[in-house]
Amino acid sequence: MQISPIHKYGQYILLTIVTLLLMLPVLLGISLSFSTSESIAQGHLIPDKFVITNYIDVVKDTNMLKFLAHSFIVSSVVMVGQVLLSILAAYAFVFIDFKFKKTAFIILLSTMMLPFESQIIPNFNIMRDLNLLNTYSAMALPFLASAFGTFMLKTSFEQMPAELRQLSEIEGLSHFQFLRMVVMPYCKISLITFALYSFLTNWNMYLWPLISTDNDKVRTAQIGLRQMRAQDTASNWGLIMAATIIVVIPTLLIIFLGQKYFKNGLTSGVIK
Amino acid sequence: MHKRQNLLAFGLLFPSILVLGTFVFYPMIKTFWLSTQTTDLMGNPINSVGFKNFTNLFNSEIFRTSITVTLIFVLVTTVVTVVLAYWLAILASSKLKGIGFFRTIFSATMGISVTVASILWLFMFNPQIGMFSRILAFLHLPDINWLSDPVWALVAIIGTTVWMNLGFSFLILLGAVQAIPEDLYQVADLNGASKWLRLTKITLPATEPTVFFVTVVTLINAFQTFGQVDILTAGGPDYHTNLLVYSIYQDAFVNHAVGRASAESVVLTVIIMVVTFIQFYLNKRKAARYAD
Repeated sequence: MQISPIHKYGQYILLTIVTLLLMLPVLLGISLSFSTSESIAQGHLIPDKFVITNYIDVVKDTNMLKFLAHSFIVSSVVMVGQVLLSILAAYAFVFIDFKFKKTAFIILLSTMMLPFESQIIPNFNIMRDLNLLNTYSAMALPFLASAFGTFMLKTSFEQMPAELRQLSEIEGLSHFQFLRMVVMPYCKISLITFALYSFLTNWNMYLWPLISTDNDKVRTAQIGLRQMRAQDTASNWGLIMAATIIVVIPTLLIIFLGQKYFKNGLTSGVIK
Repeated sequence: MHKRQNLLAFGLLFPSILVLGTFVFYPMIKTFWLSTQTTDLMGNPINSVGFKNFTNLFNSEIFRTSITVTLIFVLVTTVVTVVLAYWLAILASSKLKGIGFFRTIFSATMGISVTVASILWLFMFNPQIGMFSRILAFLHLPDINWLSDPVWALVAIIGTTVWMNLGFSFLILLGAVQAIPEDLYQVADLNGASKWLRLTKITLPATEPTVFFVTVVTLINAFQTFGQVDILTAGGPDYHTNLLVYSIYQDAFVNHAVGRASAESVVLTVIIMVVTFIQFYLNKRKAARYAD
């Protein structure tokens, strides 16, 4: 279809308006993070004096950097665990014939419809009884396996040409060699997609880190932000927004870098 | 040989079985069991009360409010999210120069955590200095105390949730819209089809499975909403934003009513299972229809 120039400019204008509306909360947050408290108190949405003191205060006066480090550790550990365990499980489902395969797969899938929110009380009790509250173990252990990841990687492994498997058998590759030298390189895109998705999900986790910590020892950035909102800093919008912007940067980077992976990767595993 | 295969498969699956067994299946069963118990302040069961927790629950005004607002919340959030995301997907499927930039921005909320989103919107809803109050003032309308009004507080949480979910739904729907073969539209153009006809006769039917998928994911996610409530309203005013998961959290970790919280957890689980089964059934029926 031919697009007339007027139509084209109209579309650009519409796209720009929508972009500004969608990003308004973020733009305001950024703007406030560079404002002085006086400026905000006077009702200015755009700083009358551009300052970076809020960011300096976040670094100096709050534990936010420490919390960010905690978030990074927990998210990385869970990501590695989920990718690893999902690769192993998906490999078994695709390349090995074994008894009760179908049953095992249905049981695995069924975990996807059991909401974690319904399991928090017993999980909390497990961690409390093992004396693991306020530790990285409590934060990471419940999430090391992922039914979604196994399902997604299984779908990806299944799309490999059957000849590759036959060739590897003729070449006498062991299962481990086949996995490392053929399957993983071939399914690289799915692996990256799932790894990014996993990190993102864990970085943004809220309920469990809230329940499993009650001091600053391993508290994550998300819960750190929540504390700032709850404490006496609540009215210091500049400080809160600076902390908020700092916390959102890593995941926004992942989204920008991983966009092309997400668009195809996340659906291919789920919709046929 | 066969035995070795079984052993190998078991070895590969064992780590996942161990984790899911300990932190998903065991807690799930325990939750069902706890829902039939009364407990002490530490959450240890004292004695069995059968279905009493459930009858108490459904007789409780607070829980009935909670269920009602949860259903309203889930319904409105899902419909608004999917419709808006679909509109954005169509808008961003055009082949204009630089469209990639807009696509990236539209999907950006996918990377924004519930805490960040809630704090950004907390300012938007702030009385006096917040964005919405300014707009009202500009239009000479009376100010609204967004987060302490029973209806507007729920609207605020819906707005925040829709905004958060938009990025993911948009990205998935965009993929579906882009996958529609160009020649379908060319045929439509030749026949002089209107924009509306193109949408209802080509775009919508072709993307139906994806729309269905996004709807179910949004629906299930909406039932699991917690963070927005915790940060924006803490369930108030007067339990009018006390969504199911927030209610579970409050009863379990603040009120120490573990039996009641477990009964609520069972209700949540049943709802999500029913939604999943309906989805499964509809998918199967659709697959059968295509096979004919």
